[in-house]
Amino acid sequence: MEQFLQQLASGLANGAIYACVALALVMIYVSTDHLNFAQGEMAMFSTYISWQLMTWGLSFWVAFILAVAFSFVLGVLIERVILRPLHNAPVLSVVVVFIGLLAICNSVAGAIWSYLIKEYPSPFPKSSFGIAGVIGPHQLGVVLVTLIVLTLLFAFFRFTPLGLAMRAAAQNPQMARLVGVRVDWMLALGWGLAAAVGAVAGIMVAHIVYLDPNMMGGILLYAFASALVGGIGNPGGAVVGGFIVGVLENMVAYAGNQIEKATGVYIIGNGEKLTVALIIVIFVLTVKPAGLFGRVIVKRV
Amino acid sequence: MNKTSRRTFVAGVSAAALLTGRSVAFAQKKYDDGASDTEIKIGHTNPYSGPASAYGVIGKTIQAYWKSVNEAGGINGRKVNFITYDDGYSPPKTVELVRQLVEQDKVLCTFNTLGTPTNTAIHKYMNQKKVPMLFVATGASKWGKPKEFPWTMGYQPDYHTEAVIYAKHLLANVKDAKIAVLMQNDDYGKDYWEGFKEGLGKEGNRVVKHVSYEVTDPTVDSQVIQLKDSGANVFFNIATPKFAAQAMRKAGDIGWKPVIYLNNVSSSVASTMKPAGFDNVQGVITAQYLMDPTDKQWADHPDMKMWTEWMKKSNPGASLDDASNVFAYSVSFLMHETLKKCGDNLTRENLMKQAANHQKLKVPLLLPGITVNTSPTDYYPVQAVQLSRFKGETWELFGDVMHAEST
Amino acid sequence: MPAFPKKWLIVLLVLGVVVPLLQPVLPNLVSDYRLFLVSTMMIAAIAVLGLNLLTGFNGQISLGHGAFYAVGAYIAAILMDQANFPYWATLPFAAVLCFIVGYLFGLPALKLEGHYLALATFALALAVPQILKYKWLEGLTGGVQGIVLNKPEVPFGLPLSEDQWLYYYCFIVMVFLYWAASNILKSRSGRAMMAIRDYHIAADTMGIDTALYKTVTFGISAAYTGIAGALSASAIAFVAPDSFNFFLSIKFLIGLVVGGVGSLAGSLIGGVFYVLVDNSAQALSTFVKNDLGLQFDLSAYTVFGILLIVLMYLMPMGIAGGVYALIRSFRRAAPVSPERSAPAATRKPAQAGESH
Repeated sequence: MEQFLQQLASGLANGAIYACVALALVMIYVSTDHLNFAQGEMAMFSTYISWQLMTWGLSFWVAFILAVAFSFVLGVLIERVILRPLHNAPVLSVVVVFIGLLAICNSVAGAIWSYLIKEYPSPFPKSSFGIAGVIGPHQLGVVLVTLIVLTLLFAFFRFTPLGLAMRAAAQNPQMARLVGVRVDWMLALGWGLAAAVGAVAGIMVAHIVYLDPNMMGGILLYAFASALVGGIGNPGGAVVGGFIVGVLENMVAYAGNQIEKATGVYIIGNGEKLTVALIIVIFVLTVKPAGLFGRVIVKRV
Repeated sequence: MNKTSRRTFVAGVSAAALLTGRSVAFAQKKYDDGASDTEIKIGHTNPYSGPASAYGVIGKTIQAYWKSVNEAGGINGRKVNFITYDDGYSPPKTVELVRQLVEQDKVLCTFNTLGTPTNTAIHKYMNQKKVPMLFVATGASKWGKPKEFPWTMGYQPDYHTEAVIYAKHLLANVKDAKIAVLMQNDDYGKDYWEGFKEGLGKEGNRVVKHVSYEVTDPTVDSQVIQLKDSGANVFFNIATPKFAAQAMRKAGDIGWKPVIYLNNVSSSVASTMKPAGFDNVQGVITAQYLMDPTDKQWADHPDMKMWTEWMKKSNPGASLDDASNVFAYSVSFLMHETLKKCGDNLTRENLMKQAANHQKLKVPLLLPGITVNTSPTDYYPVQAVQLSRFKGETWELFGDVMHAEST
Repeated sequence: MPAFPKKWLIVLLVLGVVVPLLQPVLPNLVSDYRLFLVSTMMIAAIAVLGLNLLTGFNGQISLGHGAFYAVGAYIAAILMDQANFPYWATLPFAAVLCFIVGYLFGLPALKLEGHYLALATFALALAVPQILKYKWLEGLTGGVQGIVLNKPEVPFGLPLSEDQWLYYYCFIVMVFLYWAASNILKSRSGRAMMAIRDYHIAADTMGIDTALYKTVTFGISAAYTGIAGALSASAIAFVAPDSFNFFLSIKFLIGLVVGGVGSLAGSLIGGVFYVLVDNSAQALSTFVKNDLGLQFDLSAYTVFGILLIVLMYLMPMGIAGGVYALIRSFRRAAPVSPERSAPAATRKPAQAGESH
């Protein structure tokens, strides 16, 4: 039972990480219709920026805010400089550009800060926070931050004119243009926001997995799955998707464990937990092709 | 350019002067591909990109090493032409690049090619071509088989032997051991695991839980929870620094306090012990053969001082915390010594002969008491390790230097 | 579709047959190593062609073709290692088994579109290396250690070197597969495949069995890539899970896009690019560092990234598309409309899920 609780808690904590990165993926998708493969590496880069600021003596939160702001600007710049000329390029060509971006972020970070893993501090108080032995204070903090970011995004897209304009620009650029939305800038803004959310994710993740240029490699895979399970266009869905994937994965390992204990036969374990979790995800998707919270859009021919 | 040719000309003249005085057989210069009066070509592959890119620093430091050797006049008047390629830790790419090194670039030998699967892919090829494949950068136990593979030689103590040492120590020191093992699911992890089982021998059933992780896993939290649940009181941690640190921190977080044996791969203070939290790693046991640059006890050791100075001068920008740089320096030194010993007889055969002919060679940065010994039947240059226990913020060596032969 | 004009095709074929035979005359230019390199390019070209059949001609996106490549390679390796099969006899087995795997995978994939299909294939690419290490399969696959093989021996006492023979072996397989692919595409089925890519619903209403075509295309595509994998097992003479990590699939995708989506000639270019990109990125980075004297450590991986972005800038339709456009702009008079060469799949795909 204790193991079950701990696995559940650790699954939720991992899920929060996936959810955070998935949120950034969804942001880009909602505002530009692309799946950004470089999202993880961009987040990693932002995290290094904040780390650098902290080693220069700034406090955690000041570095946090500056890094998020920096990421926002960087995101806008990437859109304006690199992606703007490719507006009419085929979607697969854009994917290749993302892969190029991924390679650049990764290697430049490695060249500047080396590949040695670095400790990254946690902003959350150590004592009297979290449930001892089940979930740590930082893990709980990540869950909270994820939910806060989600709420902010939700409010932004629902209630502010800018948020509405961004959604309009993504969903129907021609119409949006007609009603006076500056579609170009909305796309750039979307990139900026996504990069900022990614930075938050990176900073939250770094304490758990340590800071190194490859820290996002594995996480991005899970974040993709999470975003898609929840329905790629839905921030709330992405967060729920993240938790589902995180918990599911641990539960597969747990179940394998219990089976082995009971019968003495190894069937599934840690080597297969990702595979099994993904099979379940895909099975869900074949039943609900638009993700759990997505809506099917009927296309006219 | 001009300078180089003049210097080599001078070297040639002095060699010619020597010639007259000595017997012809000795002074005759002999060369294979990749060696000449002016240069020695050495090939190398290393992952500079992709998930294993952390090892890229090894290649860069080796490169800096040869550059400083060349600046000091080279080896017996010959410059080292070090050609290094990025294989991204992908075996097919390694095959392609090593063939390029051997067949197009025509190197004399390869040196310190990195990775177990990548070296496995070229193992047969190199031996068929009879090209020396020296001091490979992997601790798998299969590199020291002069009978089947006379052209391949390892460098560091192999994982297998190291694990045997842990197992013996554990059986002798821990009462009623119930062992939990965390293992990276690849051949590096497997090699340790096999050695560990061999070391336990009849006591193999003391392993109550054995779990693995993949390098793509974000964390190993789930695995550590399973290990704790098994009720084990010993934890053998076969993981690379990032995961090793995560695992030991998680163990501390959930209140699991076993005796921890940590593989040498992750013994760096800066990249494993500190990130894991010093509170969580007191009393951890590992086996070492190299000095850790982040361990304060070596700060005043002449080797370490020399290395630090060299790093600052010849390898600026590289991290002084990274144990890989110590590794790269020491293995390059051994290669350097081997080439020196070859003299003017730079044939592949002689190179192998000299590589297998080191007696008690002192290589800087090896722990005190550890030397390099090879022979035509012993293709494991460094075989000795010493156990150490973590205390405060540093490793404390204990017991004797242990040789693989003696265990 | 921009294929090679016939006379060029014949020139290429003749060159392909004759050049390796020049080895005694030009031992440095036509070295064993270069022939080996070209063989790996041909193998990559076959894999990219397989992916192109699926993505370029049928509009289904796959991020997981490395999985089929791995399956093909392992089938070949296991047959050679455990059952003492001659290397050439492994190809049909690899093809058939990969077809079955691809076909079966195509069934659930029918329900998935665009990004969701990408995820499913992506999962496959992640899962296969894990499955290769699975405890109960270790006896067959060699687990994490992989399987060490022998290189193909020259048959019938032909006076060829190992690498010359490997070259011809790959060359024959590749020519056959290209010929088959171009015939499939020209046939009724090929037109149906492309109709599904361009106008899915219309194709459906016209009576094309879209489900059947899509799954069979998946199977054929997998079989092609599986054959490439089987060839690679012989060429490299070693298989291990580390050879088939996720990045392999990404590299096939890069080869596909850079070569030219929906172009047979493009697949060939993609194969060449797949092999050369790393080497040239490395050469470029060394050049910048040593000859231009740049102080900053510009790694080959950075150059690789920049190279990809620049290429997509200059030729968003891939090299085949770019060259084709170039030729057209020279000639001015264009008999073929570009629409036919630009598959709809490479434009924005239909999205299933949208936000509300």
